[in-house]
Amino acid sequence: MSIPLPVFIAVPLVTAFLLPVFSSLGRKGKAVATVLANFVTVSLLVMAVASIGQFRVYEVGKWSIPLGINLVLDGLSSLLLLAISVVSAAAMLFSARYMEQYTAKAKYLCLFLLMVAGMNGVVLSGDIFNLFVFLEIASIASYALVGFGCEHEELEASFKYMVLGSIGSIFVLFAVALVYGNTGSLNMAYISKAIQGSGLNAGLSFAMALFVVGFGLKAALVPFHAWLPDAHPSAPAPISAMLSGILIKTLGIYALARVVFNVFGVSVSMGWLLVVLGLLSMVAGAFLAIGQEDFKRLLAYSSISQIGYVVLGLGLGGLIIARDGNVAWASLAILGGLFHLVNHAVYKSLLFLTSGSVQMSTGTRQLKQMGGLAEKLPFTRATCTVASASIVGIPPFSGFWSKLILVIAAVQAHFYWVAAIIVFVSLCTLIMYLKVQRYVFLGELPENLQQIKENKGSMLVAMVFLACLCGLMGLLLVPALRSNILQPAVDVLTDGISYSANVIKMSMKV
Amino acid sequence: MPYALCFLLFVIGLYCAVVKKNMVKIVIGIMVMEYAVNLFLIMLGYRLGGIAPIVGKEDVAGAGGQVTDLFVSSSVDPLPQALVLTAIVISLGSLALMISICIRTYEKYGTFDITEIRRLKG
Repeated sequence: MSIPLPVFIAVPLVTAFLLPVFSSLGRKGKAVATVLANFVTVSLLVMAVASIGQFRVYEVGKWSIPLGINLVLDGLSSLLLLAISVVSAAAMLFSARYMEQYTAKAKYLCLFLLMVAGMNGVVLSGDIFNLFVFLEIASIASYALVGFGCEHEELEASFKYMVLGSIGSIFVLFAVALVYGNTGSLNMAYISKAIQGSGLNAGLSFAMALFVVGFGLKAALVPFHAWLPDAHPSAPAPISAMLSGILIKTLGIYALARVVFNVFGVSVSMGWLLVVLGLLSMVAGAFLAIGQEDFKRLLAYSSISQIGYVVLGLGLGGLIIARDGNVAWASLAILGGLFHLVNHAVYKSLLFLTSGSVQMSTGTRQLKQMGGLAEKLPFTRATCTVASASIVGIPPFSGFWSKLILVIAAVQAHFYWVAAIIVFVSLCTLIMYLKVQRYVFLGELPENLQQIKENKGSMLVAMVFLACLCGLMGLLLVPALRSNILQPAVDVLTDGISYSANVIKMSMKV
Repeated sequence: MPYALCFLLFVIGLYCAVVKKNMVKIVIGIMVMEYAVNLFLIMLGYRLGGIAPIVGKEDVAGAGGQVTDLFVSSSVDPLPQALVLTAIVISLGSLALMISICIRTYEKYGTFDITEIRRLKG
């Protein structure tokens, strides 16, 4: 079944602006809005599943490229689309009940869907300026969502996030301008063709540096991470799940990988840069996370560490390609990175959802004020344990497989010290999540928490759905599934600049 | 030379956004950066003594409806103008959000000084 590509962007965008209308209809309107928003995210999930394994180019308004804007669905895009729709469907389901605590739910749903539309646009766009526009749609919606509570901390975090995020966006825009000035095109395929013809000059190299800083700020790679530990915990729990689970990956990692691998072509220095950024993020994120006393803040720092794994995998692959090394090794490293990206999207959003469930029941996020919640919140405890086992890397849960692939890839390419660091950071992660289990679910139940109850209903369904995925994601490595879902995404990156030729050939056929 | 000045404007904006302690001044710094990039985009398409890129009757020649070489060689590039219009709309959106967050923060904390707005740490 082939679904027209603009549907992925248009459906959430149009629904987003319809929803605030319902808020004027009182209680019933709010319920209708919630159901409608859930329907949209679930149907996006179905459509994303239906468009797996396709390679299509859509020309907006029938303007052929390079004159018009094109949308490209390839392996990498459909992998990301799938991840976005899984996380957003779960987070939307969770917020159906969780957001009852807040006023203005319709506005929340509107911003949520805008963010989804922006992210879908980023992964589908084949035009670099269009990518910037969607990046801004998703970013601005997320700035507003971080400050949604309008309390002291939320506003402060939102402002900090907004300042750094805007600076990142401006860097990206500046880089787009430089690229246009030097190649005379905004279409990624044609830019790549122009660069292959003329090679990199000073302006393009500067643009590349600006792209790395801009997308690095969006992805919160160390040393651009200062906003993340404030912004992610301050948002409502489903939004934290969206931000940590998928937003930083779409706006940061995906955009960076697309530009580096497919547009500019990866070089040895670029590969090293990604490896170093990845390692720094892994180690710094893990060390900072261990010392945290705030549940969600700990999870946020751990996101930085896990993003490091993804970038490391991509960087190792790029480095091997740029050195004309064994393509099979490079593809294994990239497979590890992308698989970890998808896994992290699922288990980190699940962890944030469980933190939301705990916070809703106990009214606190401080680890030291909790304890003994295992009896009171059995389902939250079970799902949280599954997610922790995944992120730590205990077989058979998903995180184990992606980390194993990364270690194998590093050893195979003779980067023994990288493999050692991967294992070491995994141990730090284990300490982090033992701490979570120990303080939240084990030990003595404090006096003031004797009466708490677990929130059932849609929140529970969302958490159990993600927990099942955590257990089953390892199956993505089964050859039949792997060759349909993961491998096309890896091939897009290993083929590198032949992306341009593929897209141009494809649009000739259209 | 104009490019260097444009880059200087960008750096001034960045300096302002990074160094200043007042929230409103940080917002102003970000907007100065934004305008520097917009200016840069406009300059990319500009040519000295160029004409507006609107095709009139006298600019079309030949049976295929092709525009004349003179038009192609003297009109300015319209694409950066379209990009700048889009970028201005986007920056307007983020400016409105930033200023409203500033106002809400002022209501809560009673100050615009970011050194005094420090509840989050660690």
